[in-house]
Amino acid sequence: MADRLDAIFSSYEKRGDKLIPILQDVQEEFGYLPEEAMMAIAKAIGVPESRVYAVASFYAQFRFTPMGRNHVMVCRGTACHVRGAARILEEAERHLDIKEGETTEDLEYTLETVACIGCCGLAPTIVINDTTYGRLTPKDIGKIFDERKETKE
Amino acid sequence: MTGPDRTLFICQGTGCVSSKSPEIRAALQDEVDRLGFSKHVSIKLTGCHGFCQQGPIVVVEPEGTFYSQVKIEDAPEIVESHLQNNQQVERLFYKDPVTGEAIPCYRDIPFYSRQERNILRNCGNISPEEIDDYIAAGGYQAIKKVLLEMEPEQIVEEIKRSGLRGRGGGGFSTGTKWEFCFKADSDEKYVICNADEGDPGAFMDRSLLEADPHALLEGMSIAGYTIGANIGYIYVRAEYPLAVKRLRTAIAQARERGYLGENILEQGFHFDVEVFLGAGAFVCGEETALIASIEGRRGMPRHRPPFPAQSGLRGKPTLLNNVKTYTYVPIIINRGADWFAGIGTEKSSGTAVFALTGKVANCGLIEVPMGITMREIIYEIGGGIPDGKEFKAVQTGGPSGGCLPASHLDNPIDYDSLNAAGSIMGSGGMVVMDETTCMVDIARYFLDFTQKETCGECIPCRLGTKQMLDILVDITEGKGKPEDVDLLVDMGEAIKKGALCGLGQTAPNPVLTTIRYFRDEYEAHINDKQCPALVCKALISYRIDPDKCKGCMICVKSCPVDAIAGEKKQAHVVNQSKCIRCGMRTSSQDPVSTEFVHFPEQVRAQGQFLHPPDVP
Repeated sequence: MADRLDAIFSSYEKRGDKLIPILQDVQEEFGYLPEEAMMAIAKAIGVPESRVYAVASFYAQFRFTPMGRNHVMVCRGTACHVRGAARILEEAERHLDIKEGETTEDLEYTLETVACIGCCGLAPTIVINDTTYGRLTPKDIGKIFDERKETKE
Repeated sequence: MTGPDRTLFICQGTGCVSSKSPEIRAALQDEVDRLGFSKHVSIKLTGCHGFCQQGPIVVVEPEGTFYSQVKIEDAPEIVESHLQNNQQVERLFYKDPVTGEAIPCYRDIPFYSRQERNILRNCGNISPEEIDDYIAAGGYQAIKKVLLEMEPEQIVEEIKRSGLRGRGGGGFSTGTKWEFCFKADSDEKYVICNADEGDPGAFMDRSLLEADPHALLEGMSIAGYTIGANIGYIYVRAEYPLAVKRLRTAIAQARERGYLGENILEQGFHFDVEVFLGAGAFVCGEETALIASIEGRRGMPRHRPPFPAQSGLRGKPTLLNNVKTYTYVPIIINRGADWFAGIGTEKSSGTAVFALTGKVANCGLIEVPMGITMREIIYEIGGGIPDGKEFKAVQTGGPSGGCLPASHLDNPIDYDSLNAAGSIMGSGGMVVMDETTCMVDIARYFLDFTQKETCGECIPCRLGTKQMLDILVDITEGKGKPEDVDLLVDMGEAIKKGALCGLGQTAPNPVLTTIRYFRDEYEAHINDKQCPALVCKALISYRIDPDKCKGCMICVKSCPVDAIAGEKKQAHVVNQSKCIRCGMRTSSQDPVSTEFVHFPEQVRAQGQFLHPPDVP
C-alpha cells in the first residue's frame, strides 16, 4: 500500500489544500479510503488525522468500506422523481436484495442514489458503472440486471 | 453522391451519449467511408443540442435536417438515402407533439424557433473538442478586444451597463461584483467559476461545459484581466465526468494557442485555469462553502461579510460567478452592453437558460428572453403536457425555489416576479408537474433532499428542516394533524430568518409555496386521508374490478410480489397485505394513468380492464 500511496503523493505539493484531490486519487486507486491510507495522508501533507477524517466524512463521494464491483446509482433528481424514480429505486433494491447505500454480500453490486446526474430529458434514469439507462420503467430494472447476469455467464 | 457537400452534427452530450450516440457516429462514419463520400461529408461531434427528449440527434447541414431518436441501425439509411440519393429520411423527422406534423428542419421546430439562443448559440453547432471550431465561430475575439482596446474600468462599466445579473441563483449585479473585486487592494486575487451544479433537475451548466467550454474560459480570462487575477479555478462536480474531460481538453488547447498561460496574446497578461473536482456536497454551491472546499476543508459556509470579493480564497479578494454568468461575458463584450440590455425586461436584462424537464412534451435546454411567460415556455416551446394530462405546477429554482400554480402561467419570468411569487430564478431548473404529481410529496421530496445535504452547522437548518420533514412524512402517511400546516408555515418562516446561508434560508420555499398555492392538497391528506394525485402510497390501494376482469392472468405474472390471486378466466383479487403498490409501468411514457397498475400495456390499451384504485 505504501508504494501506491507514495506514487499518488509524489504528484502533489505537500499542502493541506491538496487534501481533497489526494483523497479522490486514493479512493480511485483503492476503491475506498482504508484507515491506513488516511493516516498516511495526514502524515504526508502535515495535517492532523482528525482533519483528514473530518473532510473525508463530510463529502458524499468518499467511502470507508470497499465498494461492489459494479456501482449502481439511481438518480433521484426532481425530473426523475416526478417520473417515478422512487419506484425504480424500490425495484432495484428488491432485485439486488439490498437497501440504498449497501453492497451485496458477494461484493458484486453497490446501490446508491444520486441527487441528479443531469440527464433529466431521459428521466427516470440509473447509471451502472459508466452506462446510463434512461426512460425506465420498474419492469426494465429486472431486465437490465438479468441481461447483465447473462452476459457475465 | 448527390447534393452539396454536407456536415453531419451528432450530439455527444451526456444525454445522447447514454443513448449510444458515439456508436451512431462510428456507424455513420463507416457508411460514409464505405461509399467513398468522405471527401464531401464530414461528421462532427457536438455538445448538447438542447433537445434531449429527442436524442440521439443527428443534424445534417446545409439543409438543417433534424433527425431525432436515431438508432445505430438507421445509419445506412441516412447515408444512402439522404447523402447518396438526396432523399431525406422522413420517418426520423421530429413530430410535433401538438399537431402530429412532421418537421424536417430544426429551424422550423417550435422548440427552437421560439428561443433566442445567445450563450447556447454554439451548442450543437461546433465541436467542443476543437478550439478551431470555437475560433471560427467568433471565439476569443472578446479577449483580444479587451486586451488591446479596453481598460479594466471600461469593462466593469460595460458589464454594469449590460444589466447582467448572476445566473447562479442570487441574481446580484455582475458588474457591481466585478467592481468590488477590481477595487479591492491586494497583491493577489482569484477568479472562481461555480460549476457545482447541484440542483436536482438542472443541467444547464453541465451542457454548456460539454458543448462550449472555451466560452467559459474566455469569460474567466476577461474577468481575470478586469480584476487583476492570474489564477482561475473551475469548481465542477465530480459527477460530470464528460464535462471535466472536455474542460481539460479545452484548457490544454487554449494554453497551446496562447489564450491561457503566460503573456496572453503577447499583451503581458498572465492567466491560467485549474479544474477542481467537487466531492459531492450540495452546500458547496454556496460561495463561502465552495471556497472552504478548495482550501481542503469541510465545505461549510461562514458568515458574510466579509464577502469573497474582499476576503475569499486564502483570504484574498475572490470573484465568484456561475458558469452561465462568465459565458455571457464574451458575447456582451463583442456585441455591446446596449444590445444585451435591450433584451428582456428593465431589471432583468438579457436571456436566461432553463432546463425544462418533468411532465412536459419537449424536455431540454432552452434559452429565452427574460420576461417571457411560463405559458409560452411550457406550451409553445415545451409542447404542453403529454398524454392529455392537466398542468398543475411548475417548480423553479430547485430545492431553494418554489412551485407555482396555473394562475401564474401568464406572469412574466424574471428575478423579481419569481421572488414575489415565493420562488426564485435559481440556476435555471424548471420542472413541470401535472395532475399526477402530489404537491405534499414534492414538498417532502425537497425537504428530504435539504435534510440530507445540510452541512449541520446552524441549528435552524439542521434541526428545523428535520422537524419539517418529519411533519411532512406524517402527512404523506396519513398521520397528519390539522394544526400541522400552520406549524409548517411558522417553522418555515423562522428558518428563512434564522439560517446561516442561502441553502438554509431558502430550504422552506418548496413547503411554503405548496402550502400557499395547494393548501387543499395538504388538507385532503390530513382531513380526508386522501392523496388526490394518487402518489402517497399509504393513502392508496389497488383493487380489480370483478365485472371487468376477464382473468387473462397477465397481471398475476407481472406482479413482483405475488399479491394477485385468481384462476384463469375468473376475476382476480389483490391481496392488500401483500401489495406493495409498486405502480408497475408508471412513467412518462405510460399511456394510461397509475390507475391501471399491475397490468401490462397492451391489455390496458385495449381498454378491456378497468382497475381503479380504491381510495380508503
